[in-house]
Amino acid sequence: MKNAQDYWRANVSILLKCLVVWFVCSYLFGIILVDQLNAISIGGYQLGFWFAQQGSIYVFLILIFYYVKRMNRLDREFDVDEQ
Amino acid sequence: MDLTTITYIIVGLTFALYIGIAVAARAGSTSEFYVAGKGVNPVLNGMATAADWMSAASFISLAGLIAFNGYDASAYLMGWTGGYVLLALLLAPYLRKFGKFTVPEFIGDRFYSRTARIIAVICLIVASITYVIGQMKGVGVAFSRFLDVGYDTGLLVGMLIVFFYAVLGGMKGITYTQIAQYVVLIFAYTVPAVFISLQITDNPLPQLGLGSSVADGTPLLAKLDQVLVEIGFAEYTLQQGTTLNMIALTLSLMIGTAGLPHVIVRFFTVPKVKDARSSAGWALVFIAILYTTAPAVGAMSFFNLINTIQPGETGQPESNLVYEERPEWFKKWETTGLLQFEDKNGDGRIQYYNDKNADFAETAKEYGWNGNELVKVDRDIMVLANPEIANLPNWVVALVVAGGLAAALSTAAGLLLAISSAVSHDLMKGVFAPNISEKTELIAARISMAVAIGVAGYLGLNPPGFAAQVVALAFGLAAASIFPALMMGIFYKRMNSQGAIVGMVIGLLSTLTYIFVFKGWFFIPGTNNLANTPENWLFGIQPEAFGAVGALLNFGSAWLVSKVTAPPPAHIQALVEDIRVPRGAGAGSSH
Repeated sequence: MKNAQDYWRANVSILLKCLVVWFVCSYLFGIILVDQLNAISIGGYQLGFWFAQQGSIYVFLILIFYYVKRMNRLDREFDVDEQ
Repeated sequence: MDLTTITYIIVGLTFALYIGIAVAARAGSTSEFYVAGKGVNPVLNGMATAADWMSAASFISLAGLIAFNGYDASAYLMGWTGGYVLLALLLAPYLRKFGKFTVPEFIGDRFYSRTARIIAVICLIVASITYVIGQMKGVGVAFSRFLDVGYDTGLLVGMLIVFFYAVLGGMKGITYTQIAQYVVLIFAYTVPAVFISLQITDNPLPQLGLGSSVADGTPLLAKLDQVLVEIGFAEYTLQQGTTLNMIALTLSLMIGTAGLPHVIVRFFTVPKVKDARSSAGWALVFIAILYTTAPAVGAMSFFNLINTIQPGETGQPESNLVYEERPEWFKKWETTGLLQFEDKNGDGRIQYYNDKNADFAETAKEYGWNGNELVKVDRDIMVLANPEIANLPNWVVALVVAGGLAAALSTAAGLLLAISSAVSHDLMKGVFAPNISEKTELIAARISMAVAIGVAGYLGLNPPGFAAQVVALAFGLAAASIFPALMMGIFYKRMNSQGAIVGMVIGLLSTLTYIFVFKGWFFIPGTNNLANTPENWLFGIQPEAFGAVGALLNFGSAWLVSKVTAPPPAHIQALVEDIRVPRGAGAGSSH
């Protein structure tokens, strides 16, 4: 079962990295640092406001599809993918 | 053709479509009834999940919620989308690998305990029933407001449609109708949004329009900030509540979303583990189309509304709209009671401002204003009246009605399926009559679906006082009880039945108590112990946001109890090892 444990550890490390990004784009940029980021404007958007109402959602999307791709590769590397 | 005729035609066509799909997608086995035979394409399942998830409230109320709360409404936008990240990363693939039919079934098997399974069933039924009442009301309101039939008749028609495809087709029928309903609702939401964005900012994409400039060259959001401050409100883009409360609310909504059984069960319907991961991504794609459009719809229709009422400079006597010259849509929505005007200073013009702001009272007095005269602006009007405010053709208005109905029906069907499978599969087959044949169980599933529709319809006709509080309750239960149990079941092999049960009960009771203390015990008016105001809240956390705290208490107490009790038996630890690896998911589905 060595192999299965390594697979699980690799999976947990990938998803922890993803959760860091998840936290940063929503809680950090959208809430905690919102005032500081609002000093920066992109078009008619203040950056903090943009993250809270638009940007975080786009990041969530990229994040899930990145995880899917990364896990499909990991499944093959450890030979645990579905045939 | 007049509006009512067009609305009848469009709504009738969509209903005919749903019934046609139901006839084509009948369920022949329990697997088809509970999980659509685990054969749904992941992209299509994503679409069905989006329709399942986006309720009458998302479709009708979200934009208004954003309009009247500005930046603070971001908690809902991030919370109701970020939950899908948690679903894709932490729950969906493993629950799919587990390969059975319901969420309580996983909790019961993983924690080798009927008690745990029954607690999960109770959470599921309470959360889903309260949630479904809102959908039933949505159907009744849509009919009575737009089709000139009574609320009761409208609700009965809606029930009949759901009955037809949910009882006949189970999850299979529901899945394919939800796909059709998604197409209807997203079309109905985006078409008016594109028009209004073009009108106000010249940009056809609402997501970019929100960051563009209005006719005089100022960015829309800056203009909105400026106008709102001029009439005594807070700036649209600035935070009003506390940061801690905002974080707690966002987190509660995220883990609540990830813990709602009717959403989770949709990921049981795809063929493979990797499909469960990608399907969550597709679901978010389809949800994001509406959720990134809603902030634009909210801001733009709010801007439109203020500009209509006060076309000129703030404070000038001639700046405000003369009541007798109000537009047609204003009159129409007055008759429904969603808009109400009261000429408090007797000048025949409409003044809309924040008369609760003490600092602004002096200025208002100088302007000759004597209180806010738009005494009622229902937030739902931001979506419902939008096409008329923007002068769009009648078919667009009719489309919005069909879209609202699609959103309500698709969510209702998903919830009803979660309820009926909890009754027939978890309670009957799982606890009371384990020896029934598949055929009998399928009949039981259909009967409990019919009963669930009846109960939901009854509660829709006689809505209990707490119907409006449903969001806090459903999300609180899912966040504080179901999500932590599922997550620990997958990620903490050492978690045993004692820990899980104590955790669920503590999470559940703490969250319920906190909600009841502020909103009344069992939502009976007047029985609350403390006024529901920020000064009374623990650490300034509102009742809707307490699910996150309940979840923490659940995790903490479960961990403590599991430390001092025996580890789970070897076959349970082997089960956890097994669900962590994708290979063999096909085999797992044999039941």
